[in-house]
Amino acid sequence: MSIQVKFFASLKETLNIDDHDIKSAATVGEVWDITTNNAERLDNVLVAINLEYAQFESTVKDGDEVAFFPPVTGG
Amino acid sequence: MAAYILEQPFNPWESISEHQESTTLHNQFGATATFIGTMRDFNDNEAVIAMMLEHYPAMTQHYLEKIINEAKKKWHLLDILIIHRVGNIEPGDPIMLIACWSAHRRASLDACNWLIEELKHRAPFWKKETRINGEYWVEKNTNGL
Repeated sequence: MSIQVKFFASLKETLNIDDHDIKSAATVGEVWDITTNNAERLDNVLVAINLEYAQFESTVKDGDEVAFFPPVTGG
Repeated sequence: MAAYILEQPFNPWESISEHQESTTLHNQFGATATFIGTMRDFNDNEAVIAMMLEHYPAMTQHYLEKIINEAKKKWHLLDILIIHRVGNIEPGDPIMLIACWSAHRRASLDACNWLIEELKHRAPFWKKETRINGEYWVEKNTNGL
């Protein structure tokens, strides 16, 4: 098992990062640090765990899908 | 109640009509409120040539269904239809359709207005505009005024 990590839109381009899996992490913040090589945590970055909005402080577990993305602009 | 995310252009007027005819609501609804969002050829006083709409497929579908369910709890609605485009879009193309059916006008009007704002604030879609001098991600939605 592992944690799936996804990035979207301008954030994905800015970080120049692909979706990938990591073995483990305790929090969303730790997932960010591992996958972005400790990039600055921008204030407007939104986070989701298993399709629900979460926070950088939220805990994650094996099998979770964690996503990072910029403010949404649909509609 | 239905939510669709489409990669191809759609005709919102036909979608409303087809949905209405496919339901079992005949003679029950007295009000239909609709909102259609269409791509403009300008933004921030600059010409926009085209647009690409990216999304987070599983989460967008989840959130469209989530706001439909929340609207059903808040108002007495007979039916809701949401359609949202993704992919490459050109000026004049419909981007979003929200249609609400109810027995009386207030429920469908209020629910339609609420659904527009909830979708724009919560559903994970992102617009990238093509302008004359390059491509730009839209950083935030307009305030609607």
